[in-house]
Amino acid sequence: MENRKLIKIATAGSVDDGKSTLIGRLLYDTKSLTTDKLEAIEKTSKQRGFDYLDFSLATDGLVAEREQGITIDVAHIYFNTEKTNFIVADTPGHVEYTRNMVTGASTSQVAIILIDARKGVIEQTNRHFFISNLLRMGHVVVAINKMDLVDYDEDVFLKIREDFEALVEKSDFKSEQITFIPISALKGENIAKKSDLMPWYVGNTLLDHLEVLEPEDLQQSSLARFPVQYVVRPKTEAFHDFRGFAGKLYGGNLKVGDDVTILPSFTTSKIKSIQFFDQEYSEATPGSSITITLEDEVNISRGDMLVKSSEVPHSEKSISATICQVNNKPLRVGQKYTLQHGVNRVLAKVESISSKVHTDFSGEEASDQLGLNDIGKVNFRLSKPIHFDAYTVNKANGSFILIDEGSYDTVSVGFIEI
Amino acid sequence: MSNLFIPNPKEVESIHILREVAAQFEKPVLLFSGGKDSITLVRLAQKAFYPSRIPFPLLHIDTGHNFPETIEFRDQLVAELGLELIVRNVQDSIDQGKVTEERGRYASRNTLQTTTLLDAIEEFKFDACIGGARRDEEKARAKERVFSVRDDFGQWDEKNQRPELFDMLNGQIEQGQNVRVFPISNWTELDVWEYIKTENIQIPSIYFAHKREVFFRDGMIWTANEHVFREEHEQVEEKMVRFRTVGDMTCTAAVLSEATSLEDVVNEIRASTISERGARIDDKRSEAAMEKRKKVGYF
Repeated sequence: MENRKLIKIATAGSVDDGKSTLIGRLLYDTKSLTTDKLEAIEKTSKQRGFDYLDFSLATDGLVAEREQGITIDVAHIYFNTEKTNFIVADTPGHVEYTRNMVTGASTSQVAIILIDARKGVIEQTNRHFFISNLLRMGHVVVAINKMDLVDYDEDVFLKIREDFEALVEKSDFKSEQITFIPISALKGENIAKKSDLMPWYVGNTLLDHLEVLEPEDLQQSSLARFPVQYVVRPKTEAFHDFRGFAGKLYGGNLKVGDDVTILPSFTTSKIKSIQFFDQEYSEATPGSSITITLEDEVNISRGDMLVKSSEVPHSEKSISATICQVNNKPLRVGQKYTLQHGVNRVLAKVESISSKVHTDFSGEEASDQLGLNDIGKVNFRLSKPIHFDAYTVNKANGSFILIDEGSYDTVSVGFIEI
Repeated sequence: MSNLFIPNPKEVESIHILREVAAQFEKPVLLFSGGKDSITLVRLAQKAFYPSRIPFPLLHIDTGHNFPETIEFRDQLVAELGLELIVRNVQDSIDQGKVTEERGRYASRNTLQTTTLLDAIEEFKFDACIGGARRDEEKARAKERVFSVRDDFGQWDEKNQRPELFDMLNGQIEQGQNVRVFPISNWTELDVWEYIKTENIQIPSIYFAHKREVFFRDGMIWTANEHVFREEHEQVEEKMVRFRTVGDMTCTAAVLSEATSLEDVVNEIRASTISERGARIDDKRSEAAMEKRKKVGYF
């Protein structure tokens, strides 16, 4: 695989903001729609009596959605340009679907928030930005769509930008990580081609912007965390005494010779080797799936964590977190769950719910439960300590999921606060 | 010793997933078709557990209508890497009267595989089946999870999928359920080909352009062979072709091609304007074809 830059994008917009059309347009303009898919779109558009190509048909995958004409789940779409691979998590913007946007955003670096130029900043927009802020997206693109329906009027664009900036004031999101672009997905204005109809806009087209973008990455600027996923013990003649610890490295680099502490035992050792397949390396960067061996024989199992001895994380049996409920079953005080923090699992009990947070920045209220799509602040007591950082410092080591003990469904996602 | 390890983001993601499978399940299995995607999975699994051997067997559901080149390749790969291979035959399911052979112009054993697969899952009590499906292949696949829970009947409930947050994978299941795992979900066809080229992975010869007896129907190129139904008037011709997927012979169309090397193939894919599944006759049956098959337990 050639090492192109990889940009992961989550899209958010209301049902009628033209989100699927935008994605279809991006695919079309990057020549990612193959002839057979394009033919299918032409055929269906014609059947439905449209005099234009309904690009939304490129992404609305499931039968139920096609029937209702709305996107109901997270779909992943791929396209690439010469220099960059893109993955788009297409998440529905319907009122009830906070869950889907949180899910899509959790694996993405960039959020595109779509606004209908005729409607401006609406309650939905608040929610989408609230989630972008909660998840600490590396970058937010505010795409003001349907400019063709407001005569490509600069004043409309400026008013929406002003309203959105008022929203940003209420958050702690860095305003330099937000970009506003006026577009028409239907007509292809400012998507891949610079719009002649909006000469007042001097910035990049959406596609150019996504290509040059360097999203802020919390993972690259924090401390090394190496949760052990799997212990490699070949027990073959050639590797008789080999004991390797396989996992993915988050947060910072690890080097051969580094003094490390193993949690939860707090035993210490030194990194003897860093391996990937049949190669040895002297240093690994965050995001690497590697295998580490240690100088000493230490008892380590799945779920343990290797860190530099000078950089140990917090270890607590009580934690506070912002929770987003992603399942119908409400979260209540006293309930027990399996808490999965990275690859480690412990039991967790809901001690108290501090508040339910309004996702439109209008504050919070007291509540004794969190229902599907609710976001709230919750305190937990754990069966064993976990070794964590604040989400805002290290996303991977500051997030967890809650698993229902009856159905085994993933019911909540948590962002740890300190 | 080389120095700084710079990861390929898609490769490390797949390796992370494979390690989670080995750690979270008791009896995982890798569904192996002999196609490029499952061959890529084998390479990724090799890397994930090195220097240990791959800690799960391969399962091949043989329709009996495979290209002989694929079977030959499969046996060679298994021998070379010292893997455990389990083969279950669609013919046996037919003989046991569990499924009925399709007839007519579009007769294929492709959908019959599902029964054989579900029986094998039950026979061996597999709790996780690793497959090479990718989300870019088809619209219904675009919404597939990495860990996709199936009920006792192998059914997929697309409206009730577990959300997957960050890279945390929840493999907890109830008795009787199993999980389909898709480690290369986020790869595109071009990614797979570029990887095969960079890694110099061996693949069956039918992926490269070769002379073959074929006939044309519905704008597609079909293999002329005893297993494939052909009308008298459908003329057999010899053409230079290759295959982009290697499913059952009855549902895999060839494309005209002169690409005889990996380099050529990668260039051809880059320039191509027809999607990979565009050459899958089974997907052409209806717009919702794949989704319907998935719901009843297809791969």
